[in-house]
Amino acid sequence: MAKQGVVPDDLTRPFWEAANDERLVIQNCAVCNRLQHPPARRCHQCGSNAHLEWKQMCGRATVYNYGVVHDCPIRLLQEDQPFNVAVVMLEEDPGIQMYSHLPGTPVDAVPVGARVEVIFEATANGQKVPEWRVVHSAGSNR
Amino acid sequence: MSTPTAPYSMYRPKEGLGPWEHRGKVAAVGIGHSPTARRWDGRPEHSVGGISLMALRRAIEDAGVAADQIDGLVMDPVTTTGAYWPQGKPIPNDMLAVFKATDDPLDGIAKLSADWILNNMPELTNVRFTMYGPGCMSNAICVAAQAVGDGLTHTCLVLKSWHNFAGRYYQGGANAGNAIPGSAALRALWGTPACYGTALQFAEYCRKYGKHHDMMAPFIENSRNNGLKFPEGYWAQHRPEQITAEDYKAARWIAKPANLFDNDLPIMVSAAYLYTTAERARDMTQKPVYILNHALSDGRPRSLTPTLDEVEAETARTARKIYEGAGICAADLSFENMYDGFPQFHQFHIEGLGYRGLQFGDALDFYQGDIGIHGPNPILPSGGNIGCGRSRFWMHTDCIQQLQGRAGARQVTGVKPEVAVSGGPMPLGGHFTVWSATPD
Repeated sequence: MAKQGVVPDDLTRPFWEAANDERLVIQNCAVCNRLQHPPARRCHQCGSNAHLEWKQMCGRATVYNYGVVHDCPIRLLQEDQPFNVAVVMLEEDPGIQMYSHLPGTPVDAVPVGARVEVIFEATANGQKVPEWRVVHSAGSNR
Repeated sequence: MSTPTAPYSMYRPKEGLGPWEHRGKVAAVGIGHSPTARRWDGRPEHSVGGISLMALRRAIEDAGVAADQIDGLVMDPVTTTGAYWPQGKPIPNDMLAVFKATDDPLDGIAKLSADWILNNMPELTNVRFTMYGPGCMSNAICVAAQAVGDGLTHTCLVLKSWHNFAGRYYQGGANAGNAIPGSAALRALWGTPACYGTALQFAEYCRKYGKHHDMMAPFIENSRNNGLKFPEGYWAQHRPEQITAEDYKAARWIAKPANLFDNDLPIMVSAAYLYTTAERARDMTQKPVYILNHALSDGRPRSLTPTLDEVEAETARTARKIYEGAGICAADLSFENMYDGFPQFHQFHIEGLGYRGLQFGDALDFYQGDIGIHGPNPILPSGGNIGCGRSRFWMHTDCIQQLQGRAGARQVTGVKPEVAVSGGPMPLGGHFTVWSATPD
């Protein structure tokens, strides 16, 4: 799917630069030892901006929920309708969510609870973006 | 006149604040609505500014006060339904000829300032207090109630207006471009429509409690049925069409499990209320409806989208704030008018309230029973956004009219209209008002 290009801004530049290196990083408050995503100017827990850092994730997550988009407001994606948009929860902290089109998963056949692993896709301007691919279906004992 | 946005100190965001200090001492009296339209037809009197003047003048007349007795105006300066004035498109000359403009050429067309209103309502000669309560009427009326209670204004107009232009909702601007800023991209790259977040919560709700999408059909039918009895509403004025359960189940998906009828219709409309002190209200034309409390929900999700756990915790917390400040309990509610745009979160609001004893997971079964205006368990007698078009204020107008006994064909008959609650928009993030037919 042809996603819109991304123009990194000051707040999110480390996230996007890491993505171009095929690494997934998430903002973390070193004092609270608490991840937050989307990134913010301050830690949502302690309110400080002094100890925010970027922490590399292992790239594994679980499918938490999903919807199927049939009427998309983004012009570039409209020709691919309908498509899945899943929410995955990171292995390091299930409170941290990321969206995914789940490439390779048929429309409306998203296995909630399945394990996924990160991959990186190029967007319209070449900026890479984290995406996710199912590695085991829900209920599998493997 | 410089108009500030309401400070956080005017809201009631916490539990443990006790009864609202102005409980029963502030009243809503007058109501004014403009006609509705799907989109602006380009005529100045139908612009968002023009319809606002109409609503304000109708509210003043309805309350039976002289315009020079009004000393306050609380409103929302943002009027977009998701439609934006195209960049570079000239302002129609007619607007400039008919109305007195401000420094902002889009004022009165694609936004609305207190200055624009005061410029064009010369009869408001004594307005000394103006304040913005952004977002929707739910916010503005809480600000007005607190302002009247605090003595910042004694006779105050509250206004919310919406504009809508040609073109599809949210299809222009950055959404039509080839690149977006990095912060926005963390959500927007995946192309989710506005209802997606609520659809996700609804999907999780259905999985957890063993419910399914089609169980929403009676709610949708009831909403449109009530909305068709609301003469101020869009569907009653322009397209008096009932939605059947079959229509609902057959509608196309927008973001499955949300379909077309799980979304509301953007329209142009304006509404105004007249708020005053309970003492002053006694002399006015309409019966006063007393404010027992207002409450703020300012919860936010940990990450991209609220989980069901976060939603349920917040709606329960909001209910405790609502009841504590009003000095009531769930059993005191004659009916509920919580927000419905999107209808798939209405059940979160009423389960949080414990309306009619509902617990989490109960509402969709409750919808299969008698939820009509003539039964003992009215659900959303206003019809809300689904029944009347997107305004986020039908439920407030309906609460006032029901408690005044002038809701017409919508008047609830299965319960005595004594105490009601309305508010929204979101389960995480909203403003709520408790209304009463008596001051105590």
